[in-house]
Amino acid sequence: MISKTIFAGFGGQGVLSMGLNLAQAAMLEDKSVTYLPAYGAEMRGGTANCTVAISNEEIASPVASSPEFLVAMNSPSLVRFQNQVKSGGVFFINSSLIEANVSREDIDIVEVPANEMAEELGNLKCANMVMLGAFTKKSKVVSLPTLIKGLEESFKKKPKLIGLNTTALTNGYELF
Amino acid sequence: MKKVYARPKVLKKAVFHYCPGCGHSIIHRLVAELVDEMDIQDNVIGVPPPGCSVFAYNYLDVDMLESAHGRGAAVATGIKRANPDVLVFTYQGDGDLAAIGTAETIHAANRGEKITAIFVNNAVYGMTGGQMAPTTLLGMKTTTSPFGRDETTEGAPIKISEMLALVKGAVYIERTAVNSPSNIKKTKKALRKAFQAQIDNLGYSLVEILAPCPTNWKMSVLDSWKWVDEVMAKEFPLGVIKDTTGL
Amino acid sequence: MTKVLMYGNSAIGEAAIRAGCQCYFGYPITPQNELTEYMAAHLGRRKGCSFVQAESEIAAINMVYGASATGVRVMTSSSSPGISLKQEGISYIAACQLPAVIVNMSRGGPGLGSIIAAQSDYFQATRGGGHGDYRTIVLAPASVQELADLTHRAFDLTDKYRVPVLILGDGMLGQMMEPVEFKHTAPSTPPVRSDALRGAKGRSSKIVKTFTSKPTELEEINWSLFRRYQLIKSNETIFETFMAKDAQMMVVAFGISARIAKGAIKSVRANGLKVGMIRPISLWPFPYEKIKQMAEKIKNFLVFEMNMGQMVEDVQLAVEGSADVSFYGRPGGVIPTPSEFARVISRNYFQKGLKIAK
Repeated sequence: MISKTIFAGFGGQGVLSMGLNLAQAAMLEDKSVTYLPAYGAEMRGGTANCTVAISNEEIASPVASSPEFLVAMNSPSLVRFQNQVKSGGVFFINSSLIEANVSREDIDIVEVPANEMAEELGNLKCANMVMLGAFTKKSKVVSLPTLIKGLEESFKKKPKLIGLNTTALTNGYELF
Repeated sequence: MKKVYARPKVLKKAVFHYCPGCGHSIIHRLVAELVDEMDIQDNVIGVPPPGCSVFAYNYLDVDMLESAHGRGAAVATGIKRANPDVLVFTYQGDGDLAAIGTAETIHAANRGEKITAIFVNNAVYGMTGGQMAPTTLLGMKTTTSPFGRDETTEGAPIKISEMLALVKGAVYIERTAVNSPSNIKKTKKALRKAFQAQIDNLGYSLVEILAPCPTNWKMSVLDSWKWVDEVMAKEFPLGVIKDTTGL
Repeated sequence: MTKVLMYGNSAIGEAAIRAGCQCYFGYPITPQNELTEYMAAHLGRRKGCSFVQAESEIAAINMVYGASATGVRVMTSSSSPGISLKQEGISYIAACQLPAVIVNMSRGGPGLGSIIAAQSDYFQATRGGGHGDYRTIVLAPASVQELADLTHRAFDLTDKYRVPVLILGDGMLGQMMEPVEFKHTAPSTPPVRSDALRGAKGRSSKIVKTFTSKPTELEEINWSLFRRYQLIKSNETIFETFMAKDAQMMVVAFGISARIAKGAIKSVRANGLKVGMIRPISLWPFPYEKIKQMAEKIKNFLVFEMNMGQMVEDVQLAVEGSADVSFYGRPGGVIPTPSEFARVISRNYFQKGLKIAK
């Protein structure tokens, strides 16, 4: 079983680190995983996106032409990617910034007020981890404990941030 | 009896293939004498170019790595970076250093690579049969400037040594000639200083040597030697162009 | 050893350092910049090592030539347009029989092309690439793990045979992250070859050169190169086969397209189509013999490349007319999906009148 996710948003929303942390956790669970950031000319202009593929067997292509999941941190991302997602897939929407106005009816929508929840924790920058927590609960592609373990690994050089981000992940996870 | 002349140890017992009156054989000998005198024969790598001096390794008894046309400074950079204790010199003509190898030369100098360029300027492409070089003088006839070099279409002779003097990593640049005993002595002194600058790890050094090419200039040997003084040295003045070595 | 999540480009750099690479010379070009950046950060300050950002790809490859002559392990990397510029130096390195590892994380062409992955440098890579009669060993990885493994192998091969080794990856492999495990630790002192040009200490002076005025001397140099190439052909041809046993049709693909093909084959197998794959890992030497053998039983080959059809010519040479060879390709940096290629396989399979397994 393979699952592909596109994470997308403004530059600075931590979109790439969401993907990286998920990929890190998948690796810790000994799964096959690929992480593919958009690069080059595509990177310019303030938007960012990346694709994470996770599977129990070899991954053929790291590109997501029809992903199962879309994590949209802002409106342009939702507009850009909503028609790519597989029928029966899930949209994770940052409802703090997006008025969910989705035309597709074959998609499950999870609204996460990521910015507000992050602000409650006193740091808007951890909105991405709130979202990743919620994503993990619903998608079940990795478990919360490995995600936290992976986070400790990626924040090795900034240990002060581990506590905040772990709380953000957990709060997102326990949102529903 | 006092010995006043002997073949330098580093000069192989081979007959030079150069034309009568050519500057290369004199410059080779000067390099050989210096390597002898500085006692560095076992610690030198030379980088000869394509061109008349492509066979420099037949005459100089030191390790040599032949370069592609113009790439001497890059090849020397690779040698020196991998092996910083060796003295590395490139031996390059005007087409090699000042046309096809301009980028490599300027950037090696700018990085302050601890290498020495022996830059032989004879105002023509010699080995290929006397075509126009970047240093060919205005009005000078060559096989590719049959009506004389015209500034409006071919540009003026390029003064690469003066250009290199603007580059911070270059610490010693001098222009000399090998058309008279006193100029030959000055050339040897300049080469010694350039090598010393490298040994002292100061930066990039270059000696530009005006050399006669009687064959392609279509002159007698004596006329060609005179021509260096009377015409060439007017366009390319002899002397120290830059020296920040403190040596 | 534990796995780490790494960009393909960075994994090449780490593997090179662990293989004892002492010098790296590069020039920026997308999509391989992470490799140059990795070497700047991790090689430049290692004891006795050197990193130079050169003024051009031409300068970089000539620095490789200089450093290699002094006996150290050395690498450069670039992407398609930059590799074209390096061909001058590669020809000289091949002529002087010096070891060097050259990485091409290829992109779309011709011209400036695109910065997205493509496989249109196959001809250039496998036919020598520059002027003169020579070959380079060409390795084509298909994953970040293989990038690391083959980089290490490339250094061993180039030292063993004194033939430049080209790693032909692509922008996708370089720019994606995958878990990778490094099987070697970096040597405390990088190795230096005994035949190095480091000044005539305790021996007579040596010359490393390519020019000769005697045709017979150059002829002998060419012969000696080709005797070595024969040896490489018999010793170092590497490939992977997948579901080949009962296959009625064989897909031939390399690098990133072989991964995509594998995904496609799995899905058509689920529908009973007897399709397998051979993936050349060494593109030169190419597994002609293996494909020729296969063609005795399997009469249909489908070559899949991200170009207009280059390796397909080698497959045609290999089967010597004894099997049908079809081609499907997407040039220009378009990355086909596994499902797109699965449709191509199915169409081709049924057009050939092949039967489905019960």
